Amino acid sequence: MEPFVLGFYFFSILTVLPALMVVLSTNPVHSVLWLVLTFFGASGLFILLGAEFLALILMIVYVGAVAVLFMFVVMMLNINFKEIKSKLTKYLPLGILVGLVLFVELGLIFGDFIPELKFNDNNHLEINSEIENTKQLGLVLYTDFFIYFQLAGIVLLIAMIGAIVLTHQRRQDVKRQDILSQIYKNPDSSIELKDIKPGQGL
Amino acid sequence: MIELQHFLILSSLLFLIGVFGIFLNRKNIIIILMSIELILLAVNINFVSFSFFLGDLTGQIFSLFILTVAAAEAAIGLAILVCFFRNKGSIAVDDANVMKG
Repeated sequence: MEPFVLGFYFFSILTVLPALMVVLSTNPVHSVLWLVLTFFGASGLFILLGAEFLALILMIVYVGAVAVLFMFVVMMLNINFKEIKSKLTKYLPLGILVGLVLFVELGLIFGDFIPELKFNDNNHLEINSEIENTKQLGLVLYTDFFIYFQLAGIVLLIAMIGAIVLTHQRRQDVKRQDILSQIYKNPDSSIELKDIKPGQGL
Repeated sequence: MIELQHFLILSSLLFLIGVFGIFLNRKNIIIILMSIELILLAVNINFVSFSFFLGDLTGQIFSLFILTVAAAEAAIGLAILVCFFRNKGSIAVDDANVMKG
């Protein structure tokens, strides 16, 4: 067997089976761990397809950030998972029906699907096998796709601001620095002279 | 020999697992968010395999942007989840009934 074929089957099993376990497992912590395994399989597939940069970004962004974020939320919130565990048998027939219908539809679409290789010369970015993948992506990402790149940055910035605004809470029982009242403080209102008689306290 | 169809079937399987997961875990928002991640991963696999078999780099760039949006979506979704949990004390979808929808 060719290594490409072998790799494809290995990594697709490594992608699909953990994905199924994400959905079926009853413990959300296990679900997150299966999700990590799914992304490992997918990044293996990306390496097979010659997209090394995307594969490693998938590893860093998903395994390093998103999965850890999920894990934080699962563990930080004190959620009673026993209570909200839905009856598997209640939704299983509906889920299988919808899945089957979608699968048949998708199968009808690309059972004998052959893409036509038609490109305008204007918008065809041919993959050059002599330059490495990362360099090639960088060459177009900062020139042809510059605006989209900046917009992606703005999307991330807004997501960050939104997440902070949503989760930030001002606690009432903590003393805070009030800069304005510090600035407007003057000796007249804050210093008081007391005439203390000998032998007496205040 | 592995053709484009193999990758399309793989990604459609992943997509279906994602949709199936939303139906199966209708009460648990965290698993629903993970299912959405699976669906976006299926889309990414589609883009990258088309990029490979057509010899065109645009698919990979588009996939990069999908990755960005997916990360932003996960962050916002989990922030809303934390907010919801603080107000309601649970994350069951059935408790989200303030709007009477």
